[in-house]
Amino acid sequence: MKPPTEIETAAAENPVVGIDQTKGDFQYKVDYAFDAGTGLSEDTVRYISSVKKEEPWLLEFRLKALKTFLDKPMPTHWATKDLENINFDKIRYYLSQGQKPKRTWDEVPDDIKKTFERLGIPEQERKFLAGVEAQFDSEAAYSNIKDIVAKQGVIFVNSTEGLREHPEIFRKFFGKVIPTGDNKFSALNSAVFSGGSFIYVPKGVKVAQPLQAYFRINAENFGQFERTLIIADEGAEVVYMEGCTAPKFSTSTLHSAVVELVALKGAKIQYITVQNWANNVFNLVTKRGVAHEDAEIKWIDCNIGSRLTMKYPGVVLKGERARGEVLSIALANDGQHQDTGAKMIHAANNTTSNIIAKSISVGQGRSTYRGVVHIPKHLKGCKNNTECDALLINTNSRTDTYPAISVKGDRNATQHEASVSKVSEDMIFYMQSRGLTEAQAMSLAVNGFINDLARQFPMEYSVELKRLIDLEMEGSVG
Amino acid sequence: MSQLEIKDLHISIGDKPIVKGFTLTIKQGEVHAIMGPNGTGKSTLAKAIAGHPDYTITSGDVVLDGKSVLAMEPDERARAGLFLAFQYPSEIPGVSIANFLRAAVQARMAEGEELDATGYYKRLYAKMDLLKIDRKFTSRSVNEGFSGGEKKRCEILQMAMLEPKVALMDETDSGLDIDALRIVADGVNAQRKTPAAPGILLITHYQRLLDYIVPDFVHVMWDGRIVKSGDKSLALELEAKGYDWVKQEFAAATA
Repeated sequence: MKPPTEIETAAAENPVVGIDQTKGDFQYKVDYAFDAGTGLSEDTVRYISSVKKEEPWLLEFRLKALKTFLDKPMPTHWATKDLENINFDKIRYYLSQGQKPKRTWDEVPDDIKKTFERLGIPEQERKFLAGVEAQFDSEAAYSNIKDIVAKQGVIFVNSTEGLREHPEIFRKFFGKVIPTGDNKFSALNSAVFSGGSFIYVPKGVKVAQPLQAYFRINAENFGQFERTLIIADEGAEVVYMEGCTAPKFSTSTLHSAVVELVALKGAKIQYITVQNWANNVFNLVTKRGVAHEDAEIKWIDCNIGSRLTMKYPGVVLKGERARGEVLSIALANDGQHQDTGAKMIHAANNTTSNIIAKSISVGQGRSTYRGVVHIPKHLKGCKNNTECDALLINTNSRTDTYPAISVKGDRNATQHEASVSKVSEDMIFYMQSRGLTEAQAMSLAVNGFINDLARQFPMEYSVELKRLIDLEMEGSVG
Repeated sequence: MSQLEIKDLHISIGDKPIVKGFTLTIKQGEVHAIMGPNGTGKSTLAKAIAGHPDYTITSGDVVLDGKSVLAMEPDERARAGLFLAFQYPSEIPGVSIANFLRAAVQARMAEGEELDATGYYKRLYAKMDLLKIDRKFTSRSVNEGFSGGEKKRCEILQMAMLEPKVALMDETDSGLDIDALRIVADGVNAQRKTPAAPGILLITHYQRLLDYIVPDFVHVMWDGRIVKSGDKSLALELEAKGYDWVKQEFAAATA
């Protein structure tokens, strides 16, 4: 087995909304020197580890994770049966540089080209996103931002490099916030992960500009099994942005990332995700942060597209006065299921948490909110606020809410509000009678629904989000 | 000059005929009041002309400037120059009046043409001053938590901004106290004085509104059609004699 160079085919796994993925499919050279083939076995894991020239402890970690993954049943006792449709034997778990996807710009379906145009994506990025070019030339932007933050002592690298070059920092926290056995898919990720970011922000350093995974697209970022670990040392502050609103082309139907955040005393981490998956993708992600004394972790999470997304960002409020927040928006269009929510585990006095979740179901789209808020009896002065609002667009949509709030003792406070509203025919008629088309009227109603949340997003993200919703609504009107 | 011709219009809800042969021509600048008791089809007429999907036009035609609007979607009718001031305007949570109107104005522009934001706000503020509306109003969500008077003023502001050729005003006076009524009427009257004055179909149950918006024509609607037309004195006569008078006269005429 000839180990290829480190950079993986980032472009290989990026999808587009609503397309027939058999159309203009990617083709691979059959050359097993360059990939792990399909299916998952101990050999697959050993191969990945050897390609990455990993330390023995990491190989052990992966193999143990594989066993955990194989032993754990599918969580279909509470989650959707659709999970059973994932065929693990047909999945390609690792691709290396030798396996560039082959496809020309002419082979890219017209609707995708049109979507890129509508979203205003620059020419050179379109080719990358459409999978024509394996690499997007963002090297300059990435090394630029890397240099700027490096001056402050910030480490911003990919997961492989992080574990190899800085084990003294990353090994201590790696797999600690989300243990391998947390769930079946965190175990899968632990066995086969590659890609993702490793970030360390030293004591007291406040990173001025948001760090974007986008900057390191060509450094194997958009992996199927990303592993991200962000550590903000005492008093440090950092904002991280993941994904972009551009529809992503995928050669794989399973994406299962693990993201761990550690905010030490007085630190602040904000993690922003906007994802727009093709509607054949299973997107099963585990995200959790630990907030120490006086620290703050905020997840902003927008999920659009995919066949099934299961994602419940969480914060363990470990130190006194720690704060946790999850702001999420999910849009489920026809044939899609957004199963999202939040987890707040209070583990110290005077900790506060806030959850605001908004979901939009269109047509046959289905959205589910699952929340856990846990405040044990021995604590005092803890507060939680949970709001979940669902918007239904047409009668076939479905929404469910499963909030599990367990607040023990009488020295803590919690507040929970849930609402379900509909975009009524009368509301649409009212807007149409002012000259807006049906699609414009729906976009406006949806944007209005998420407006108070979207305002908290960075400007460029809320603008992109609005454009995305416009496009989704356009497609939903018959 | 623009005009709306309603020609022998028949409208049903489901299988039930509501409007049964309504004919009227409204020219730009004219105010036609439609009066009549509840259930005679006044609101149905307005909503159907605007294109509400619950109403079926079974026969007849609605022609704006020589072109039938019946095959058009509600938004196409609006862009062609029709405006419906709602009796019960919908709330649009999270969408500010400024953004809503901006989208409506933008929808009237050619594709690729960009709205001049400065000019837009200048015009919006001028109209608001005219209607004595506080500037803070524009950042509130459309109709959400509005009082009856605020909702109706919001309708009139939209009408002023969109400058329709013909406005259908459905029971604009309902739910208004006398002060609110006066403010709304002032707003409508101000538009009547402009060169782009719309033709107005003023649907009302009470004569009261007509003290403030003096109509050029008054029509009495009964059982889905106009049974009597006249000038503003007809409204006063109705007020004095009540709708029973019309019923009896109508019954006598058809007997």
